[in-house]
Amino acid sequence: MRAGWEVVIGLEVHTQLATSSKIFSGASTAYGAEPNTQACLVDLGYPGVLPVLNKEVVRMATLFGLAVNATVARRSVFARKNYFYPDLPKGYQISQLELPIVEHGEMMIFDADGNEKRIGITRAHLEEDAGKSIHEGLEDKSGIDLNRAGTPLLEIVSEPDLRSAKEAVAYLRKIHTIVRYLGISDGNMQEGSFRCDANVSVRPAGQKELGTRAELKNLNSFRFIEKAINFEIERQIDLIEDGGKVVQETRLYDSVKDETRSMRSKEEANDYRYFPDPDLLPVEITDEYIEAQRATMPELPDAKQQRFVNDYELKVDDAVILAASRPLADYFEAVVSATDAKAQFAANWVIGDLMGALNRDSKDIEDSHISAVELAGLVNRIHDNSISGKIAKQVFDAMWDGEGSADQVIDAKGLKQITDSSAIEVVVDKVIAANPSQVAEYQAGKGKLIGFFVGKVMQETKGQANPGQVNKILKDKLKA
Amino acid sequence: MMELYTQTLNELSLGLEHGDFTSVELTQALLARIAAHNEKLNAFVTITSDEALAAAERADDARAKGRAGILNGLPIVHKDIFCTRGIKTSCGSRMLDNFISPYDATVVEKLAAAGAVVLGKANMDEFAMGSSNETSFYGAVKNPWDLSCSPGGSSGGSSAAVAARFTPAATGTDTGGSIRQPAALTGTVGIKPTYGRVSRYGMVAFASSLDQAGVITRTAEDAARLLGVMAGFDERDSTSIDQAVPDYTAEIGKSIKGLRVGIVRQHFDAGLDEQTGVRVKEAIAVLESMGATAIEVNLPNIDLSVPTYYVVAPAECSSNLSRFDGVRFGYRAENPEDLLDLYCRSRGEGFGDEVKRRIMTGAYVLSAGYYDAYYLKAQQVRALIADDFKKAFADVDVIAGPTVPAPAFKLGDKVDDPIQMYLNDIYTIGANLAGLPAISIPCGFVNELPVGLHLVGAHFAEASLLRAAHQYQQQTDFHRACPEGFQ
Amino acid sequence: MSLDKDQVQHIAMLARLKLSDAELVQSVEKLSRIVDFVDQLAAADTDGVVPMAHPLDAAQRLRPDVVTDSNERDRFQQNSAAVADGLYLVPKVIE
Repeated sequence: MRAGWEVVIGLEVHTQLATSSKIFSGASTAYGAEPNTQACLVDLGYPGVLPVLNKEVVRMATLFGLAVNATVARRSVFARKNYFYPDLPKGYQISQLELPIVEHGEMMIFDADGNEKRIGITRAHLEEDAGKSIHEGLEDKSGIDLNRAGTPLLEIVSEPDLRSAKEAVAYLRKIHTIVRYLGISDGNMQEGSFRCDANVSVRPAGQKELGTRAELKNLNSFRFIEKAINFEIERQIDLIEDGGKVVQETRLYDSVKDETRSMRSKEEANDYRYFPDPDLLPVEITDEYIEAQRATMPELPDAKQQRFVNDYELKVDDAVILAASRPLADYFEAVVSATDAKAQFAANWVIGDLMGALNRDSKDIEDSHISAVELAGLVNRIHDNSISGKIAKQVFDAMWDGEGSADQVIDAKGLKQITDSSAIEVVVDKVIAANPSQVAEYQAGKGKLIGFFVGKVMQETKGQANPGQVNKILKDKLKA
Repeated sequence: MMELYTQTLNELSLGLEHGDFTSVELTQALLARIAAHNEKLNAFVTITSDEALAAAERADDARAKGRAGILNGLPIVHKDIFCTRGIKTSCGSRMLDNFISPYDATVVEKLAAAGAVVLGKANMDEFAMGSSNETSFYGAVKNPWDLSCSPGGSSGGSSAAVAARFTPAATGTDTGGSIRQPAALTGTVGIKPTYGRVSRYGMVAFASSLDQAGVITRTAEDAARLLGVMAGFDERDSTSIDQAVPDYTAEIGKSIKGLRVGIVRQHFDAGLDEQTGVRVKEAIAVLESMGATAIEVNLPNIDLSVPTYYVVAPAECSSNLSRFDGVRFGYRAENPEDLLDLYCRSRGEGFGDEVKRRIMTGAYVLSAGYYDAYYLKAQQVRALIADDFKKAFADVDVIAGPTVPAPAFKLGDKVDDPIQMYLNDIYTIGANLAGLPAISIPCGFVNELPVGLHLVGAHFAEASLLRAAHQYQQQTDFHRACPEGFQ
Repeated sequence: MSLDKDQVQHIAMLARLKLSDAELVQSVEKLSRIVDFVDQLAAADTDGVVPMAHPLDAAQRLRPDVVTDSNERDRFQQNSAAVADGLYLVPKVIE
């Protein structure tokens, strides 16, 4: 951040709700179908057809509202946002304006100094998604695919409380975590199920009124969001320092060039002529309904993280990592419940080797080659000294490659740790005999050489000797 | 035997039951009559002879097998605003001249399920915007009582077809009077039910919070029979009401003794043609002679109903008609230069003047800076008007008055003056704004042109309206009068 | 005239309607009369009146989240003037 400037960011997150059918029609929301095969008469905006609201979207919005400590409106109203665009079949989008279903929420994030910070959530409203324009291979034409038209979205609007790109990403990640925890969205950014627009402005530090903002669109990965916002901050400060003025406009982030540029085509004076949709009646929700939904709420990441620290005595950073994804947290807890080892020890394995392997092979935890019970089996063998930590990594790799459970791998490869002192003594004697000059140096005071002897013994035993025992026996024998 | 075309639905139903004639014979007779006389009236956009005969055969077959529905084999005409699967649904517009609906409206489905035989699709004002049928892409419909006059609109094809004995019944839609005004001007019965009583699914939308489907017939008895079939909850229409449908045909037989009839002073003000007023007062006197009591009621804000309507309806229509963009269906301009050109020319060429005017009015009253002054204000006045009615219905069962300020006007008389045209709906619009049921029934003639008596009821009081209308028709025979040249 | 040419042109653009010069002149005149006519609403006392969006006081009904529609693309596209490979075609959209 450049000295003397303050950055103000507000985010609008469009998260696709994980329903089977669309928000106002019975067409499927499944991703990736042939163009226009999941666009029914309602989605196509045919003359005479009418919208009927999907029950699930109300439930999902309610859950989200409860999760961010917001007010869930007892009465909310759908409105039409009127504009012409080929991917918008009716010439209006059904959305919510004055009475959204969720208002006045909040979320805690960690700022750059590691302090908790409250980010206000102005509102979250229900709306329908638009279709897609396709340009490739059509020369002077565009093709319109309306499969996505009518897919339910929850648009989550934050207060302009974010002060850096990092905070923005922390907030987004948390929203992303929450919607997946609640099971209301798959959060898939590649498929567009989780999209973000950022309103970015800068002002001289200490100034009260907000600077003119630019709206950044097309931010479809956490990495790009951070880069785009940072680029935009620099652009705006440069502009003002050079005597220029920021214009209120929509800017598109180009991830290839890593820059934002003005979208002039969208800038023609928009006048959306919102008005209440006469085809839909007010959505009314009772207190009983809200309480019934509250009763179905899963444990949320913050609570889970706290519990991991309190009950399992995990390091805070590890608890944060594990609680960030509900399946990951569930996996971790399944490992813990199947092992006698300390939870932190199990956490190290999940966060270290397991997540490493998942990342390397681009797999989700649900697709892990090693089940939680299997990983617990491996952890148990380390815990009961059957194998060393180092051998365990070898066993883990074999398990990942499908060679069986920890015990099967250990047996098949003969990796069981040598804990028989007499057997280790035989090897130690052999090593001492073979390296007289090093023995002399050691005994003359070069204590560091102990590592050399341990290495040799481990080499001889193919790593299977218990390192603690080796150390002890070596020291005893070399003393003489 | 009486000529088939002169008979009401009820009479025809008895004839079919008794085996006096078959549905195929009936259908053939009416199709022949339409073929012979429609040219004079231009009441149809599409005549569905083949489909009608096939449906009539199925109906005869069903009857033979003892599976006759309540409308089995009975003829009907649909206003061309109702989507009919596989059949052109034009809405009176060039925009939809090439549009073949891939689905049936709920109303169409329900009537077909009861065995009705659809003779064709009736001409109408373009997208139901008009009060004279002159805005139709297919040309004006003529009034069978005087071919130089308008049959009213927007359901003018429906009213003319019923008045001319092409069909005993036709569906219509009513956003500001589009069933009742044409019924009044053609001497037929037209009922607009309570908003939400009949499904709007498959009815091309004009103004969604005002539109309601209904019927035009020659008798209240027939209207009761049809409405009983059309009405009811539809899960595809969020604004349709889940409330049991009474047996209207049973209700209409009851006496109107003790019926409290409200009279609104403003309805008899300067704007009303004197002779029309006389006919309406005579009709109210008939109701009184049958045991009804006339009571003066006050609707203090009713004078604002037309301006309110001309904000609310255009606002909704401007948005409803945005879907006609030349992309997925409907008229598409030739060789568009770019996307904007495709939109502006498809819409500019596909819509007629009145539709464009209303779309622009709507866009204006919703636009930034004007929303509060017009749209929001109109919604507030609408609330006042609805509240006035609510208070009035605490004291009376129905409100009676003229349907239209004067009998049928000459074609071409009002086309250049939108305000004059709009004021033709001055007595009917209030019921749409408040969502109330209302009916127009023939109550006499002025200069050999029919006059309509307008009855408005409280929400879901269709049975009261139909009963008053039916009992009135037991005492009068204005509904039996047939225009010259169509006997 | 309560509306001028520029205003009507702007409204026509908002509504995506191409008007000929003659239509524009006529629209200025007729729309102005309509606007003058509805201006009488301004006199109504509506202080504190809740705007009425629906004729009936009812709440939205909710449908179960069930897929009821299947692919009928070919049938629906019989009404379309320009389609290719299942896509609706429009002149190139510039973003």
